[in-house]
Amino acid sequence: MLYVVQTALELGFMYALVAMALFLSYRILDIADMTTDSGFVLGAAVSVTCAAAGHPVLAVFAAMAAGACAGYVTAFLQTRMGVPSILAGIITNTGLYTVNLMVMGWSSNVSLLKQDTMFTLFRDLGIGGGFYKMILAGGITMFAGAALVWFLGTRLGLSIRATGDNRDMVRASSVNPVFTITVGLCISNALTALSGAVVGQYQKSADINSGAGIVVIGLACLIIGETVLGRRSMGRNVAAAVTGSILYRFLYAMILKTSIVPIECLKLVTAVVVALAIASPSLREWAGLQKKKAEAKKRRGQSC
Amino acid sequence: MLKLDHIKKTFNPGTVNEKAAIRDLSLHLEPGDFATVIGSNGAGKSTMFAAIAGSFITDSGSITLNGKDITFAPEYQRSRVIGRLFQDPLKGTAPHMTIEENLSLAYLRASRGSIPFSRISKKDKEFFREQLSMLDMGLEDRMKQPVGLLSGGQRQALTLLMATMVPPLLLLLDEHTAALDPATAEKVLELTKKIVAKNHTTCLMVTHNMQQALTMGNRTLMMDDGRIVFDVKGEERSRMTVPDLLEKFRIGAGKELDNDRILLAAED
Repeated sequence: MLYVVQTALELGFMYALVAMALFLSYRILDIADMTTDSGFVLGAAVSVTCAAAGHPVLAVFAAMAAGACAGYVTAFLQTRMGVPSILAGIITNTGLYTVNLMVMGWSSNVSLLKQDTMFTLFRDLGIGGGFYKMILAGGITMFAGAALVWFLGTRLGLSIRATGDNRDMVRASSVNPVFTITVGLCISNALTALSGAVVGQYQKSADINSGAGIVVIGLACLIIGETVLGRRSMGRNVAAAVTGSILYRFLYAMILKTSIVPIECLKLVTAVVVALAIASPSLREWAGLQKKKAEAKKRRGQSC
Repeated sequence: MLKLDHIKKTFNPGTVNEKAAIRDLSLHLEPGDFATVIGSNGAGKSTMFAAIAGSFITDSGSITLNGKDITFAPEYQRSRVIGRLFQDPLKGTAPHMTIEENLSLAYLRASRGSIPFSRISKKDKEFFREQLSMLDMGLEDRMKQPVGLLSGGQRQALTLLMATMVPPLLLLLDEHTAALDPATAEKVLELTKKIVAKNHTTCLMVTHNMQQALTMGNRTLMMDDGRIVFDVKGEERSRMTVPDLLEKFRIGAGKELDNDRILLAAED
């Protein structure tokens, strides 16, 4: 049981970075960034390949840089070339598939055998005993989260938030939306790639299909977290991304253990949950209208 | 200060929707000039503002601000020195960001524009409080609330503060009180007068109130069909009445003034 809890926490922390990235692109910039799936694999591929070459720490930074480049391509397509934002992400996502294969030496997966990963390096420092993986994963996520909250309070961070909040205002107040969208997408994809990098070294392997559906899972995490913690301040929002991700991994572990839902169905269940959560304002409006209509009908019936 | 030299703009050229919004417009504003702009429907008042602010690049002519040619400068660069308020109070603030964050953004951009990671300090927050209390709307005690909770008048007053906290070279007011209720409009107008007078800001203000056009500021411009048809200041202006103004318009434009809102306002 302890093992299950520990694994759920570890995975929760690592995948929380994707939820954070989606918080930045989807919630703040109001862009559904479809680069996420392949961006995650890109991070894992770069990280594992670099670690295989003997540079497990450098690998993390290289992965983030690669992710930022992917984000830049998506941003370039939509801000300068006039490609609709969803399509821009899908195009980059498709192209990255080949790039990812190339990074892994034209193979669909790479594995680390006896090479060091940042986890083994951290273990050798002797901190945390049996919990070393959780401490390292948690530490990276907490640090990234704190950095993100700090950044969103700076001039550039505030400009990015205003870009997603009110385009009219941005146009009249010396913010260049092309620049802010580009920076925002670079950062969010660097975070996604960081997640892939950490997960890749944790699992000691990268697989070309490991990113499938990660964008929907990330959104599910974000929505679960926001339901639990609310969406008031920036700090709370980032904390919600982490909390949601950990809860999701707990649910995942529980389902895996108890088989309440066959594990093959999990993606479908996740997709339905995300669709319902995002559709809820429209559903509530529709329900309200039906109620009003029914009441009006009843009143008319009485007056006749 | 501001010099528009024979600017022209035609929208949708070569199509059935072709519209010459500005035909050969020239204007020279002295530093500290506060000009009111009045004109018929579709006279090109807002288009002139958009041209100055850089929402589009003019077809021909040049625009100079403070000795610098800004004819081809992008909008976001111009807005560093040009403050702009629209009729719609929702256009000037970010609804999901708090009052403090909105002010921080405006303040940091205008005062420390070149440093991307600058943050506001405790002292800046005190300054915001002070500025907000000047509005006399109790906003200084609601700095942590999102702007979306404020009324239209409060949002417009906040926008005015954001645009002028660091005094801009030029302030463009496009009927910024027209969508507010009369009492709030009066208040925002008083604030505008106070702030513009304090900073000696060069200012252009579109209005549909003829009386206001004569009493506010030091200069009145009348526009029709993409041109300035009448420009008055100094003693001649101080002696003018609303009927004089209508007469001048008839002579300048060769027709009666046909702005429904102006005519409605004139009946008050």
